[in-house]
Amino acid sequence: MTTIAGIGFTAPWLLLGLILLPVLWLILRAIPPSPIRRRFPGVALLLGLMDDESVTDRTPWWLLLLRVLAVAGMIVGLAGPVLNPQLDETAGDGPLLMVVDGSWAGAAGWAGTRDALEAELYRAAANNRPTAILQLSAPEPLVMQAAGTLRSSLPGFVPRPWQPAPDQVDVSIAAMEDLGGFDTIWFSDGLEYPGRDRVLETIETAGNVRVIQSGSAVLGIRPARYEDGIVQLTSLRQTGGPEREITVNAEGLDPAGNARTLASLQMRFEAGATVSNAELALPAELRARVSRFEILGHRSAGATTLVDDSLRRREVALIAAREGREGLELLSPLHYLEQALEPTADLLRGALNDVLPANPDVIVLADVATLSDSESASITEWIESGGLLLRFAGPRVAASDVSRQDEDTLMPVRLRSGGRSVGGAMSWGQPKTLAPFSDGSPFFGLDVPQDVTITAQVMAQPDPTLADRVIASLSDGTPLVTRKKIGQGQVVLFHVTANAEWSSLPLSGLFVEMMERLAVSSANPETAAEDLEGTTWTPNNVMDGFGTLEDAGALPSVPGPELLTGAPGPDLRPGIYQSGDRLMARNVVGMSTALTPIAWPDRIPVSGLTVAEEMPLGGFFLGLAIALLLIDIIASLALSNRLTGPQRNVAAGLIAALFLIPTPPNAQQTQDPEDFAVTAAAEVVLAHVLTGNRDVDGIAQAGLTGLSDTLFFRTSVEPATPIGVDLEADELAFFPILYWPITQDQQRPSDAAYAKLNEYLRSGGLIVFDTRDADMSGLGASSPNGRKLQQLAAPLDIPALEPIPSDHVLTRTFYLLQEFPGRHRGRDVWVEAAPPGAEQVEGMPFRNLNDGVTPVIIGGNDWASAWAVTGNGAPLLPVGRGFGGERQREMAYRFGVNLIMHVLTGNYKSDQVHVPALLDRLGQ
Amino acid sequence: MTSAPVLLRQSAEEQAARLPPLLARAEHLAGAVLLGDHGRRRSGMGDDFWQYRPAQIGDSLRMIDHRRSAMGDQQFVREREWQIAQSVMLWVDQGASMRFSSTDALPEKADRARLLTLALAILLIRGGERVGLTGTRLPPRRGNAQVIRLAEMFSEEHDEDYSPPEHRAMIPHARAVFVSDFLGNIDDARIALTKAADRGVRGILYQVLDPSEEAFPFQGRTIFESMGGTVRHETLKAGDLRNRYLSRLAERKAELQELCSVAGWQYNLHHTDVSAQTGLLWLWRALDGGRSRA
Repeated sequence: MTTIAGIGFTAPWLLLGLILLPVLWLILRAIPPSPIRRRFPGVALLLGLMDDESVTDRTPWWLLLLRVLAVAGMIVGLAGPVLNPQLDETAGDGPLLMVVDGSWAGAAGWAGTRDALEAELYRAAANNRPTAILQLSAPEPLVMQAAGTLRSSLPGFVPRPWQPAPDQVDVSIAAMEDLGGFDTIWFSDGLEYPGRDRVLETIETAGNVRVIQSGSAVLGIRPARYEDGIVQLTSLRQTGGPEREITVNAEGLDPAGNARTLASLQMRFEAGATVSNAELALPAELRARVSRFEILGHRSAGATTLVDDSLRRREVALIAAREGREGLELLSPLHYLEQALEPTADLLRGALNDVLPANPDVIVLADVATLSDSESASITEWIESGGLLLRFAGPRVAASDVSRQDEDTLMPVRLRSGGRSVGGAMSWGQPKTLAPFSDGSPFFGLDVPQDVTITAQVMAQPDPTLADRVIASLSDGTPLVTRKKIGQGQVVLFHVTANAEWSSLPLSGLFVEMMERLAVSSANPETAAEDLEGTTWTPNNVMDGFGTLEDAGALPSVPGPELLTGAPGPDLRPGIYQSGDRLMARNVVGMSTALTPIAWPDRIPVSGLTVAEEMPLGGFFLGLAIALLLIDIIASLALSNRLTGPQRNVAAGLIAALFLIPTPPNAQQTQDPEDFAVTAAAEVVLAHVLTGNRDVDGIAQAGLTGLSDTLFFRTSVEPATPIGVDLEADELAFFPILYWPITQDQQRPSDAAYAKLNEYLRSGGLIVFDTRDADMSGLGASSPNGRKLQQLAAPLDIPALEPIPSDHVLTRTFYLLQEFPGRHRGRDVWVEAAPPGAEQVEGMPFRNLNDGVTPVIIGGNDWASAWAVTGNGAPLLPVGRGFGGERQREMAYRFGVNLIMHVLTGNYKSDQVHVPALLDRLGQ
Repeated sequence: MTSAPVLLRQSAEEQAARLPPLLARAEHLAGAVLLGDHGRRRSGMGDDFWQYRPAQIGDSLRMIDHRRSAMGDQQFVREREWQIAQSVMLWVDQGASMRFSSTDALPEKADRARLLTLALAILLIRGGERVGLTGTRLPPRRGNAQVIRLAEMFSEEHDEDYSPPEHRAMIPHARAVFVSDFLGNIDDARIALTKAADRGVRGILYQVLDPSEEAFPFQGRTIFESMGGTVRHETLKAGDLRNRYLSRLAERKAELQELCSVAGWQYNLHHTDVSAQTGLLWLWRALDGGRSRA
């Protein structure tokens, strides 16, 4: 391939044809255009006139240029131009390996990576190179195969939410060493990870290496921390670049349960900085709803951080029997609880009945023995819906009769009366220590400090269920902490006091950890691995490489310490994990993760991801040449004035088709409302309602055309072409009259359309309803069309009606009429009834009737059919028989003229005919 | 089998279906002209009052207007305005050259000529004149039926390119209106006008031209053909012919004007891109004015 000015040519020798262009120019110039035959009556005057010169008109220069350009386009097109020709040093015909990091760091630009991968596969397929793809984050055995077949498997390549782990690197290297010699294209995500050097070493020994790496920054976000009532967020990027601002969204469920953005926060990387901190103050309710933070516009698992309980401060209600003994704070049953919970929970204080409506997560009852029935009932209900009731024993519990004979609902076990005291001044034996926590206990894995001693406790009655309910016991096996599930919640009883009276447990760190394990307090983000010793966490939801949560399915559980410290991988997927009642989020980017850019050795060529694709331009040039030739045809025709009449439209259509200009859509439907208004309002326009039945609509249109013509010839009303009106879409106010033929299959107009129609009627419009069936039945519900009319007109604001009285103004607005035939000669035509008081005055030819135009005229004479004319003005449909029929048609036209005159002049004729009578009265 | 009368009626209706548009348009056009007084402005036979004049010797007693005379001692005679029906003969060029229009937006010259002439005929008939065609086919008559017959005659079309004015059977001292493009041989027009002048017939030469015939907007190598195809002229550069064509056209117009002034006729030019109304008004005034001078 030869490259000229950045464009490669597959057949460059063809370009020599361009030399011929000047010759072509001269030839085209010399040939005259062919003569035009033109009809012209004035030729008689031309006879005998001779031409001054014998040289004909030349083709204009621009037409010549057009033709020469067309030929040039064709020559260039056939020479096979290619834009962005790829001239690659690693090009060869040996096997090719494409290595893809495929970690979360590349997820944001994954579409680009995949396009680049596809482009490389395309080229490999063009060169017939056997190819294999290796995704380092999910290595599979390598098989060299045709690049074309690999392309179909490309959609299956998705970024993983982890970086290649050392063992995966080992697997990959082993797979590559089996292949022998090959060239490599490495699609890197731009983020350093251990083992990358070894991969590079391996492939460099195998052949040429080229790296394709996106230039855009990899962004990450650390888990959100909650400190001093403010959410602290930290974002990372792998290289310090120019100043950059990013938006972090807090996503969560709103109270209705829909996922939405709860808050949004701007973070700014200073120029050169790789870390950015920001604070977000959120109300507690909102904060509790946040389930994840993500960087807007950067879809990757690293740019998403899931939120567990750590942002959610539990509400703990503390209730003790005795309150407010001043000066004895250290003896207060709640003092140590407050100290333990204060940093991580919101504490509520108050009477039980005041606290319950706040629906706390935990209610602590410190040495509270008896509860009233109503209190007990409401607490039970609260526990059943998921509450945790934490009870501590004490002197009152020991002295009371609660849960002696029968197990109290709100006690996990039956208690012996009195309790016991060991190792005190009045007793034998040493104070007891704690036994290590057993396997099924939520406290399993916690270290038991030896200095925690128990001196007094309440004793559980041996019961068949007791063993299941003990979650902590003393070294002698007596239960220390018991638990009972009620509904979705539970009751936990510490058999000692919450203060240091009976034991030193509240003084120890173990107490805080036990609270944490019981999910009384929330886990601290800095939870140490040791704190999770012995716990097992099941994944609830896990993230994919794009940061999208999906159901974990049957993924295996993970031990607690591993969850905290292990690197993410196929066995430890980032996501939300659950252990008992506690939730914990495992994120890709941890509190101490740093993003390190890859430093490639100088010998490795690194190119950006946005590789300009090879683009054959031949088709474009040939198409251009053809387009130019088409323009040439039209221009030549136009020059010789042969573009006339319909041919011009054809030419316009050709040009339009050539440039793919959408032709203007047919009028009416998509007409601009303003154009419609201008058309309708510029002149008097008769209108008919579109029924959807094409025959009926066509006849209505033809009928109104005939009536318009008649008006034009006979009267000073000169209407424009009638318009079919769509009741739903069109404005009605412009039309003096609406002709509405009734069909049975007509759609009932919408309520909005009826509102428009009523407005139209009230503002002086006239609707002529025509049931078109006067040949079969009289007006009324006896015919299908009549029933349809009743149905259609029911929502309309129509006054009382009567058959046209013989002195109605319609009988004399232009012609004097007494009947109103259309195609049928029905009797009844109904109009607005005369006012009740209208009486004929002596000496007057008619009554003084209503003052306006009747809003409706209802009949069935099928007037439109009688009025209808063809395009050249001849009647469209026969009326009646012979000349009598023509007379009937004439009468129909006269009715139409009277009708329009009535609409346009109102009761003018009514007044005018009064004149003689008035003059007579005045004594003239 | 369809009987002959049915066929006859059907074909008659088909023929008539073509007429109404022209008739209606002509009537519509004519309706725009208000009929002013068109008396002869001299005393004579007629219905309208002209003047009272003192009775003279020779007036018969029956002529004395007693109502006026009773107001004084003098006797008066009531004179009426002279009103007499004129015969107006029309000729519209039916030749092929008239069936030309340069664009779709413009009517053919023949169309405009027929429309104007028929509207004029309607006006004249309403004014009580007798209207007919030159030649023997349709002698002047009055009444609305004559309008129908005229419309029928005007709807005919002739095949020859330039048809000469019909000048036979002209009624002496009648009026005549010749409507054509007068692009054919001018000798025919000369003969017709000379003959008319001989018989004391006065009238109007009305030339109807298409705007492109005035502008000659043609370029390049062109073969010009007459509408019938009988005459043709080829040129290599139509643009160069323009000035010479225009001077010939002006010459032709001047010649026609000259002819008219010699024969006592009136000449006017009408373009099809001008409204028919102005043309009709001029024609009507020209006839009316000619009468008042007489």
